[in-house]
Amino acid sequence: MVAAIENGTVIDHIPTDKVFTIASLLQLDKCTDQVTIGNNFESDKMGRKGIIKIANRFFSDAEISRLAAVCPNIRLCIIKNYDVAEKKVATLPDEFINVIHCANPVCITNNEPMKTVFYVTDKERGTVKCRYCGKEQHLENIKLV
Amino acid sequence: MNSRSIVSIADYSRERIQKLLERAARFEQQPNQRLLEGKVVATLFFEPSTRTRLSFETAANRLGARVIGFTDPKVTSSSKGETLKDTIKMVSNYADLIVMRHKLEGAALYASEVTDVPIINAGDGSNLHPSQTMLDLYSIWKTQGRLDDLNIYMVGDLKYGRTVHSLLMSMRKYNPTFHFIAPKELEMPEEYKLYCQKEDIRYVEQTDFTEDTIADADILYMTRVQRERFTDLMEYERVKDAYILRADMLGKCRENMRILHPLPRVNEITQDVDDSPHAYYFQQAQNGLYAREALICEALNIDF
Repeated sequence: MVAAIENGTVIDHIPTDKVFTIASLLQLDKCTDQVTIGNNFESDKMGRKGIIKIANRFFSDAEISRLAAVCPNIRLCIIKNYDVAEKKVATLPDEFINVIHCANPVCITNNEPMKTVFYVTDKERGTVKCRYCGKEQHLENIKLV
Repeated sequence: MNSRSIVSIADYSRERIQKLLERAARFEQQPNQRLLEGKVVATLFFEPSTRTRLSFETAANRLGARVIGFTDPKVTSSSKGETLKDTIKMVSNYADLIVMRHKLEGAALYASEVTDVPIINAGDGSNLHPSQTMLDLYSIWKTQGRLDDLNIYMVGDLKYGRTVHSLLMSMRKYNPTFHFIAPKELEMPEEYKLYCQKEDIRYVEQTDFTEDTIADADILYMTRVQRERFTDLMEYERVKDAYILRADMLGKCRENMRILHPLPRVNEITQDVDDSPHAYYFQQAQNGLYAREALICEALNIDF
């Protein structure tokens, strides 16, 4: 189906509509190592799912927490020597710096060359609040920077 | 944010608000205090606002400061594409304090992050306007002798009215009871009602505005119902006269009740109300001067 990797990271059980967003968030288009992106595989848990395998890449906690903006609680498997050496969960951080684009067109962040800052206000409901304009937004509707 | 900037006063403690109120009262006794001798205050109005600008500039002048600034961004480098950051950094070389109004939400907070000069937010879009809130609090405190346990009636456009939202949030520590009187299209937004529930603030919503409904008010905070806010103009025609305060509606009101309005008024308070002892909106605007003198001293760490 998809070739196993010797060392690297596997992100499994990705909702099918999030696969390419995650690929873009992790800047896989610039990755020079082997990358496998699969989508619409059958899954007992989800019906259909996506999977991404990246050889020789290990993501920092900061990079993993960025994933939570689009896919809270997604799991990453760290592969070493063809075995799962560790599992990490992308839990929502307390804040996102320059990850989320503010949906408010009259927010200063959409009109100045500056970083956006969002505070996570409700981890269960997945809501965030813009530091600058104060507008609360749902993670389901956000766009990435 | 640099620590002396005043972007919002919503999180100020009761003690800090009390200190500002008492300071404003001292300025009312004697507005001319040369506490800012040798200082330069910049008023940067990226969005025109004559009333707020004149009030801030008068406050700075009465404190003995020199005032520089602009009233229209068309005459500045902003119109050439200069970023807000660059404008603020440039003005920071000249001024001890920057008072700014901007049409974009969050502009004042961002400005306070790019300079060490204190910023006072004179309004950032429909977001925050702390000096208006301060003058409202001062007007309530002065006319009622307290901020605690008051019946505050808010009337008119409660959906877009920035002043009523700020006032609502800054009254949360004073055990108020709010009455929201508005047409359906302009009712208090859900997020502020949730805020009230979360903070245990009592509120009542109603659509009718009569002599009887306002009889228990301590403060009647009027706002303007604007035609351009309505998607359904028939609805506007139906409600436009329903939220007008007339002198003959004041017969049953409490003696201590005072009518506030952020101004400008159009027709939502009829002229015959002006002569009533309950009318307070012109003094309220005057209180803006003392409230702003108090805020300027706060931002510059000047004790008075």
